[in-house]
Amino acid sequence: MNFFTIETGNGFWTPIVWIVAIIIAFLIMYTLRTFGKKTYNKDNEQVKSFLSGNPEYTKEQMHIKASNLYWGFTKSMNGFYKILKKMHTGNASDYVLWFVIILAIFLLVEVI
Amino acid sequence: MNIPNYAPALIVAVPLLGAFLTPLIGRINDKLRNIFVILILGINSIIVGLLAYNIFTKSTTGSPKIWTYVFGGKQEVTSPVVRIMFEVDAMSIFMAIIASILLFVVVIYSWAFMKENTGLDKYYTLILLLASGMLGMMLTGDMFNFFVFLEITSISSAALVAFWTHKGESVEAGFKYILVSTIGALFVLFAIAILYGQYDALNIAVLSNAIQYTFLDKVALILLIAALAMKAGLVPLHMWLPDSYSRAPATVTVALVGATLASLYGVLRIVFTLYGNTLEVITKQIEFLNADILVSNMIGWFVIVLAICSIIVGVMMALRQTDFKRLIAFAAVAEIGYMFLGIGTKLASVGFDTTNSIIHAEYGITALEGGIFHIINDALDVGLLFLVAGAIYYTTKNWSLNEMGGLARNMKYTTIFFAIGLLAVAGMPPFNGFASKLMIYESTFQLNPILAIVAILCSILILATFVKVFHSAFMGPALPKFKDVKEVPKSMLFAMGIIACIIIFIGLFPNIMLENIVRPAAEALTNNAQYLKMVIGVI
Repeated sequence: MNFFTIETGNGFWTPIVWIVAIIIAFLIMYTLRTFGKKTYNKDNEQVKSFLSGNPEYTKEQMHIKASNLYWGFTKSMNGFYKILKKMHTGNASDYVLWFVIILAIFLLVEVI
Repeated sequence: MNIPNYAPALIVAVPLLGAFLTPLIGRINDKLRNIFVILILGINSIIVGLLAYNIFTKSTTGSPKIWTYVFGGKQEVTSPVVRIMFEVDAMSIFMAIIASILLFVVVIYSWAFMKENTGLDKYYTLILLLASGMLGMMLTGDMFNFFVFLEITSISSAALVAFWTHKGESVEAGFKYILVSTIGALFVLFAIAILYGQYDALNIAVLSNAIQYTFLDKVALILLIAALAMKAGLVPLHMWLPDSYSRAPATVTVALVGATLASLYGVLRIVFTLYGNTLEVITKQIEFLNADILVSNMIGWFVIVLAICSIIVGVMMALRQTDFKRLIAFAAVAEIGYMFLGIGTKLASVGFDTTNSIIHAEYGITALEGGIFHIINDALDVGLLFLVAGAIYYTTKNWSLNEMGGLARNMKYTTIFFAIGLLAVAGMPPFNGFASKLMIYESTFQLNPILAIVAILCSILILATFVKVFHSAFMGPALPKFKDVKEVPKSMLFAMGIIACIIIFIGLFPNIMLENIVRPAAEALTNNAQYLKMVIGVI
């Protein structure tokens, strides 16, 4: 039995090929890294952020919070999110109402 | 005593007995109680493993075995039959394997995670009752038994969801869970009563052989699918799921993943076994199209629409969440959508050829196999992510992603486990989620390319969602408030490690899983004639 390859009817998937590709990519990356400057010093001014002379923010301020990530995407999808928010009321009677609605649609489609 | 002969009964009886003994042992010593519970679920996993080995080993005829166990009676079944009977085939035992892995990991993780809590005798008793109910649902061959085990699962789950009674939201989540579960279970009971009233039987095989697809049978089918789909968390019946998953302790949430999948198993059993003989042969006249359409196709497309809604709603809601567990819960809704997409595609793939004979498209089988394969992958991936969320809560006492940052510096192993869970749940190669999702994508593409495109795009959004978590919780500068944070205890790391190792193993050797476990499970589900022959001797 072939341990690695799965046949999907129209194609196949072999994880071992992917792993070999990752190893090759890693070796290329490592080789390029060895060309880097060896005199780099961690403990001097060159590692500090330069913010046009402004003082550096505190660590809490510099970390981008989860609610700020993908702001543009969620803003552009605002209309869709309004509908989703309306659906998710958190009210238990609404949960039962949705069940009744789906049951009714299913009955209409199947029985009538 | 030949253990495999009694295995179906033992799989349910051992945790049930353990549940009653746990409070007594808890009176002696807490550590002894913890060891006892781990031992009980360890023994149970071994019994499940033994039975699985027997079932997956091909019999001399080359077809998979179906293990029947009749409680307090002879093994032969005559029709009609009303008695407790377990019918364990490759699909049932596949689900039992998933439940056993999750529950065993949960009790190991609980040792340290729940240490600070009081009332742990009750907690472990409920976990074992939940195990008994879940496994009973998966192994039973009787509709009324299925209802009883569904109730045991629901009641123990609701009590576990509300376990942190000092937090108001947990109690509210527990209430919502029991409300939804009770309504679902009532409709299941109503459907069973309809079937019993018509055919004077409760055994799944006997009913499957007798069903005529009358008006009442249609009503029973709809009630069963709708009620179990709600318990499985299919959109728009999913709303209880994020509430319950996010407010329960992380260990309970992982056990709930198993309970949710047990309901999904119920849908599979009803559609493919109970109604398997009728759905794929009965047609319905659609007047406005002036054409005959197979009932299987109609139900298939209905399931596909709900599955796509689940994927889209789940992933879009997950993307916006800042509560760690609520985010994973919505991602779990999307993952359930992928499973239903595979099931729906199988149902919709049945059609007519040029001579008007019914044909089953090859891609339908691939879709079903992909859907079934995704059940175990989802259980492991989502389970691991919930355990990581629990580990973060254990150290930071916070679920809010807005409050986190830089945790990778102090929690290296947890970060690695999260990265594995992230890549696996997003279906990134070479992890396990990719193999099952690829099968679903390729098969749904042949039914309708738009379905595959939506599924792939949403998978990318799942990756984006968890990259957000990775960035906000683990990356970034070391925050002063977390400078004393340490890695979680070894028992919690060990529990996460078990799941991570299985994820990597399945990812690297997908064909071992597919050929030996998933394919026989799909075959057991679709080969109804074999099921009837082996259980009640009808050819």
